Parts: sequence; structure tokens; C-alpha cells
Amino acid sequence: MDHQEDQAADQPAASSKAVEIAVAAIILLFGAVVIFDSVRLGITWGDEGPKAGYFPFYVGLLICLSSVVTLVRAVRLTSEESFVSRGQLKMVMSVLVPTTVYVGFIALLGIYVASVIYIAFFMWWLGKYDWLKIVPVALGVNVALFLMFEIWFKVPLPKGPLETALGLA
Amino acid sequence: MDEINSLMHGFSVALSPFNLLLMFVGVILGVIIGVLPGLGGANGVAILLPLTFSMSPTSAIIMLSCIYWGALFGGAITSILFNIPGEPWSVATTFDGYPLAQKGRAGAALTAAFTSSFIGALVAVIMITFLSPVVAKFALKFGPAEFFSVYLLTFCAFVGMAKGSAIKTVASMMIGFALAAVGLDTVTGQLRLTFGFTEMLKGFDFLIAVIGLFGIGEILETLEEGLAFKGKQAKINAKIVIETWKELPRYWATSIRSSLVGCFMGIVPGGATPASFMSYGVAKRFSKDGAKFGTGQVEGVVAPETAAHAAGTAALLPMLTLGVPGSPTAAVLLGGLLIWGLQPGPLLFVEQKDFVWGLIASMYLGNIAGLIVVLTCVPFFAAILRIPFSIIAPVILVICAIGAYTVHGSMFDVWLMMGFGVVGYLFKKLNYPLAPLVLALVLGDRAEDSFRQSMLLSQGDVGIFFSNGLVGGITGFALVLLFWPLAASMIAKLKARAA
Repeated sequence: MDHQEDQAADQPAASSKAVEIAVAAIILLFGAVVIFDSVRLGITWGDEGPKAGYFPFYVGLLICLSSVVTLVRAVRLTSEESFVSRGQLKMVMSVLVPTTVYVGFIALLGIYVASVIYIAFFMWWLGKYDWLKIVPVALGVNVALFLMFEIWFKVPLPKGPLETALGLA
Repeated sequence: MDEINSLMHGFSVALSPFNLLLMFVGVILGVIIGVLPGLGGANGVAILLPLTFSMSPTSAIIMLSCIYWGALFGGAITSILFNIPGEPWSVATTFDGYPLAQKGRAGAALTAAFTSSFIGALVAVIMITFLSPVVAKFALKFGPAEFFSVYLLTFCAFVGMAKGSAIKTVASMMIGFALAAVGLDTVTGQLRLTFGFTEMLKGFDFLIAVIGLFGIGEILETLEEGLAFKGKQAKINAKIVIETWKELPRYWATSIRSSLVGCFMGIVPGGATPASFMSYGVAKRFSKDGAKFGTGQVEGVVAPETAAHAAGTAALLPMLTLGVPGSPTAAVLLGGLLIWGLQPGPLLFVEQKDFVWGLIASMYLGNIAGLIVVLTCVPFFAAILRIPFSIIAPVILVICAIGAYTVHGSMFDVWLMMGFGVVGYLFKKLNYPLAPLVLALVLGDRAEDSFRQSMLLSQGDVGIFFSNGLVGGITGFALVLLFWPLAASMIAKLKARAA
């Protein structure tokens, strides 16, 4: 989606059929992993009753069976229905990618600093707000969260270098 | 009247100033959660659950159940003013609620919705008051086989009543069971499905799954629709409320029918959404204004709201008496009980009388609190929805991340939540139901334990699930429900061939 992005916004990025097949295949694989590990643990009757893999084995089997049915049905689909258009996918990605980066930053900076940056970035990038609005909202929300979790309910959240420097950690 | 005495005792527990404060806090938080996209009853309660760890279990459940009532009320606000059902069971409310708002009668629609929600809940709470001690006493005699058959019934009901593909319901449910099996096996002490990762030893916590699947997944899905919400203004004042209340007694028959549909469907798992649709359909058929349904009839708001709220409340009955939650939110509340060190199930009624009756009394009080709050604060709640998405979305995502972190104080859980978020988005768009996955994740270990214990008792003979009338009846009913979609499609085919 490099060129002619705007005109292409309504074009499908993936068909429902393709995504349906992909998801069913992943579920099938997941079921196979469950069966594999259950067999390793033993799916038969042991000295003290059923072994650890006894119950999960049938769960895995049902996962595989149901995903095979979904897979076969999906392969036989003839419709070209769109799963997600390019514009929609762009919207979803524009939230998913920064949020993933944000989760990565929590470990480095602590949750409060990371959240200030994340909310500010989001408002600036997607909301095109003025910094005069961004700064109070981003700081205010986090001060409120800090008061609520650290002070009132005494639930400690991950903190980073800034809190350590301020003696709050 | 044993129940009345117990209930009065419950009121004395629930009516402390601190608990009353928690009730109002819970209801207000609940309505906000119900109004905001990406935060529904289930994940809202899941996120706020860690805040209650330091409270007494009774205060904690009062606050959390009030959040639930608030979320149920809140769903109506978004449905009527914005034509956005905040919860699946509010979909039917949009049919007549939004047209009423378009005609400028938003206040009447909201008053009707809140009042009928309240009536629906009240009927269900009265049912819980008198029925749950009976069910609990009965369930005290249950052995592992009976419990497994009840679990089986729960899960088969999901397959049988699924609106979408039964196969996808099975897949989603079994994924939940598989995730529940991850970690240390309590019977043999072996590690299952961990593949050497230490993070997986503890297994998957369903609270993380709920926050990811319902919270992140829903936000991603909402984003596709664009960033703006366009809503109607709501004017609600004492005059509108009283005028609407004068109109409501006309629909007494609809109220009674909807309450009954709701109570019955609520006990069955996954019942609130079908209950609201069913009750709307029934009201449309029996009402003399049935043909006008969909154009903005107050009766068309009364029917689904009464049923949804009755069902949402009734879902707590099997949760309390049998330890089998009827909805994802009831499942989260059940998870709360386990965290506070209470064992849900029939023994609760014997060993934790204060807790049980305090909770039941708080259901009466919480719904009164809810009605007062929503009737007086609608403009404030509607204003929350007008906050632009580019501000509210990152705040909700931050709250989800905090919620996931606080469950065990682990960063790995925050990553898991993101993973569940993507799964939730894909599953929603491909019509895999999420509720069975969450319920299987919650009940997986307990269902497996009761299955293994039954197998041990019978030395591996599956016949134990048919060994007496009770267990055989429940198992049989479960199997009928399980194969219902198959039978229904075969009957349809036969009919088509005959025609």
C-alpha cells in the first residue's frame, strides 16, 4: 500500500476467504500442538487414573476436527467478500503498532512515563491536536491514574528511571 | 420464611455506609464502562478486580456487581442516543430506541429503558432470593459426575444456542479448554503445554484473556468504522420521567412476558442476548401496535431491556449456587470469588451466609442506586461519548494495559493481552464467538477435575454419566442441545426436499 493510497483505501487488503483459511489453519496447528504434547504426557490410563494428557488429547482432537471443517468450508467459498479494506487495515495498524511499541516502553520507562508519551503521540498523530491540549490531557490522565493506583488503592504499577529519580518508586 | 430472614440479615450487611458508597461508585463506574467503546461489563469488571483485593469479599462483590448493573444500564444509553449497542444484548434496544431519539423522544426512550431494566432486574433478584437456596440445597448432594454433567450442559447449551456456526463455537470453546490446561497439572504434577517457557508455568489467566479479547479486540473493530460518533441530544427531566412512567403501566403484559423470558434464558448460559431478541420478537407479535415496531415504539424498548436485564441478573443464579457462570461477566465475578478465597458452589450458602445474602441484598439496593444514578446523570454520561476517539482510545488502551498488569504484576501478561486482542479482533470478524472461549478458560480445570474424578469412581466407564436419573437427565439434555443444530439443519433439509 505504498502508492495511490487514498484511491485504494476502499480496495480489499485481504479477502474473507483468505483470512478464514489462514485462521483455521493456525487453529489446526494449535490443535496439533495440543495433541502432540498430550501424547507426550500420556493419554492412556495410568496407575492413579487418567494420565495428564488424557483430557487435553480429546480437546486437541476436537480443535483439529472443527478447524478442518471450517477449513474445508472456507476453501469451497466462492465469494470475493472483503475481510478488511486497505483504509480500515491502515486505521487498525495505526493503533496496533503504536500500542505494541507502548507496551515495549512500559518495561523501560515505567508505565506512567510511557503512558504520557503514548497518549500524547496518539492525540498528536491521529487527533492532530494542539500541544496546548495534548500536554494537560496526557499529564492529567496519568496523575489521576497515579493517585488512584499508588495512593488510594495501593496497587503498585511498574515504574522507571524518572520515578526512581523523584523518589516515588 | 427462612429466605426472608436471611435476606433481612443480608440487608443489615449491605446497608453499611461504606458499602452504600461502594454501590454508588460501582454503578457510576459501571455506566461509564458500559458507555465507553472497548470497555464492557466483562472486561470492565476484570480490570477493576485487582482494586478489590484489599477489601473484604462482601464489599468487593457489592462493588463489582454494581459495576455490572451499571454496565447493563449504560448499554441502553449508547443504543438509544448513538445507535451503537454497547453490549450485544443492547442490539435489540436500538430497533425502537434510536428511532424514538430521532423523533426527539430520547428522554422518554431512556426513561422507559432504565425503568424496564430495573423491573426486569427486580423480578430476577426476587427469583434468585427464593430459588437459589433451593438449588443450592439440591446441589449439595451433587457428586463429581453430577457436576461434570452440569458443566457439559453449560457448554452444550452454547453450541446448541449459538447464533452463528456451531463448528466455530466448538473450536472457540476447545481453544479455551486447551489454554486452561496450560501449566501445572494439579493431579499428576506434570507440566502441560509449557514447552519449557517459565512464563507459562502459571497458565493463562482468564482475566487477561477477557481484557484482551473484549477490550483491545473491540477497540480495533470500532476503529474500522472511523473515529467519530454522532449522537442525539438527550433531555431528561422530572416531567419527562413522570410522563413516561404514566405510560409504562400500559405495557404490563409485555413487562411480565419479557421478565419471564429473561429469567429463564438467563439461567441458561449465554442467555442475555437471545433473551433480548426473543422478548422483542414476542412483544412484536403480541402487541396491538406490533406492526409499528421499529419506528419508535416505547413498548419496543421496554421488551428487550426488561429481558436483557432480567437475564443478566439471573445469570448470577447458577454462578452462586453451582459455580457455573451464565455469562462472561458472571465468569469474571466467579474468578473474583476464587481470588478472595471463596469456593463458589452450593457450600457457599452454608459457609458464607453473610457474603451470599449481602450480595443478594445488594442486588436490590444496587439496582435502586443504578436507577437513581442513570435517571439523574444521563447528560453527563452522554457527554463522555462525545469525547473524541483520539483522546478516549489511548486512555482506554492504557487502562487495559494497567488492568492486565495488576492481575499478577507481570509484564508478560500485558504482552499476552495484546496477543488476545489481535485474536479477539480476528475472531469477532470471522464470527467465532468469544464467550465460550472465556467460559471454557474459567471452567476448564474444574470441568476436567470433575471428569477425572468421575472416571476414577467408575474405573473409566463413561456410563457413570447416565448412572442415575438426575445425572442421566442432565447429560441427556446436554446431548440434545449439542446435536440440536445438526438435527435442525437435517429437519430443514428434509422439509425442503418434501416441498
